[in-house]
Amino acid sequence: MARILPEPTPETRHFWDGCRDGELRLQRCTDCNHTYFPPRAFCPSCASRKVEVYAASGRGVLWSYVINHRPRQDMGTEPYAIAVVKLDEGPTMMTNIVGCPQTPEALVLDMPVKVRFEKQTDDISLPLFEPAQS
Amino acid sequence: MKQNSVAVVGAAETTKMGKIPDVSVIGLHADAALNAMADAGLKPSDIDGVATAGISPVELAHYLGIKPTYADGTSVGGCSFMLHVRHAAAAINAGLAKTILITHGESGRSRVGAGGFGRAPSSLMGQFEMPYGVTSPPTMFTVPVLRYMKTYGVTEEDLANVAVVQREWAALNPRASFKDPITVDDVLNSPMIAWPFRMLMCCLVTDGGGALILTSADRARDFPQKPVYVLGTGESVETPMVSQMYDFTSSTAFKISGKKAFDEAGITHADVDHLMIYDAFAHLPLYGLEDLGFCKPGEAKDFIRERNTAIGGKLPLNTNGGGLSYMHSGMYGMYALQESVRQMRGTAAAQVKDARISIAHGVGGMFAASGTIVFTNRS
Repeated sequence: MARILPEPTPETRHFWDGCRDGELRLQRCTDCNHTYFPPRAFCPSCASRKVEVYAASGRGVLWSYVINHRPRQDMGTEPYAIAVVKLDEGPTMMTNIVGCPQTPEALVLDMPVKVRFEKQTDDISLPLFEPAQS
Repeated sequence: MKQNSVAVVGAAETTKMGKIPDVSVIGLHADAALNAMADAGLKPSDIDGVATAGISPVELAHYLGIKPTYADGTSVGGCSFMLHVRHAAAAINAGLAKTILITHGESGRSRVGAGGFGRAPSSLMGQFEMPYGVTSPPTMFTVPVLRYMKTYGVTEEDLANVAVVQREWAALNPRASFKDPITVDDVLNSPMIAWPFRMLMCCLVTDGGGALILTSADRARDFPQKPVYVLGTGESVETPMVSQMYDFTSSTAFKISGKKAFDEAGITHADVDHLMIYDAFAHLPLYGLEDLGFCKPGEAKDFIRERNTAIGGKLPLNTNGGGLSYMHSGMYGMYALQESVRQMRGTAAAQVKDARISIAHGVGGMFAASGTIVFTNRS
């Protein structure tokens, strides 16, 4: 069964194009400098429409997670972590943690992580995260 | 809203509760509505306002043959009914309607005439949460909890203890789905659902419904049941995606809704005799006690462990057994309201002696929304 994938909208297209091209793109307000996620055409902090897209560091820390022991059909048969990372730029983002066992012992809160894009289709790559050196 | 200007004069749940394979979703709405109308001594032609979630108020009104002057289809998840009570109180005060029916019905277990749970892949949740393997609420509502646990030193035992204490209340309720006592070890040895959440830390999945009828306080005295007055109300909404909560250790929507309700009611925490906090999962009473201000951040686990919320404690909490042990059809807020009304009428299975003020506090979605109603039985 094919993995459930996002369907980009005009407001989010830059994000998914970035993932496809190997770049984690966030938006920043050029009036108040606030960085935010998920994408939208204005700043959720000050409502300014003067916002820009920029390439984020792709780094953050593991903020919280659960380990799903009843896998969704398209996610295989083994338990997997549904995680939230806190990006160095501020926003939180849901993701999966790859490149390490899906156990509480391996998944330690606040451990550094970095983005790894996993291609799903020609259009969509998902921004997953793996443990990183601090 | 104006304190005590509106009262609940009809309240009932569905005739059966738990597994109801022979009634559809809309049938459950209707069963609860007919029971509430019987409770209030009313017919559908006496109702001039309708409110519901899950189905449309159009479906509800036409199914029951009601031709209303007021319809509220606010649908923000399981606390929608708290918002319906709040809006109904305002509407009655403003003269939009005189007698408002609020219904809930859900075939959570049997799925008779029930819709699906999917999200459009172009929605924000479809784009930024669904791809990572979330399923139903056990893998979403629970996502912030490890951060809360690390911040305040909350343990798996603390989560388990919430379920243990609520089971003690459920044992007093003949209609509760689960009544047998459980221990912390029982909870921690129950099947893993989404670590750190075990099955007994998660709510039931059942069929059922409930309905409320509200009218102005000056009319309420002429009804057969003891009126239960609406003393204060609050509501708020926060985020459609749990990963975007403002703070993983606290619900901003809880705080805003709770403060508004306390302010409107003009009460302090010491005035509250009975409390319902929507418990879809074991962490919700912890967040609720803290965000409503009954405990300081991180102290709810101790408050529960010291048995303040248990039978004989100073703040009886979730006295019907809660979503963890009583029932949970999907949008549990209606059952929290029903138990508050029973406590104020003096008819609850686990009646709190001389209770004068009860709060029913609800959550909608995965920390998406919140509604808080303060009831009193004194006019």
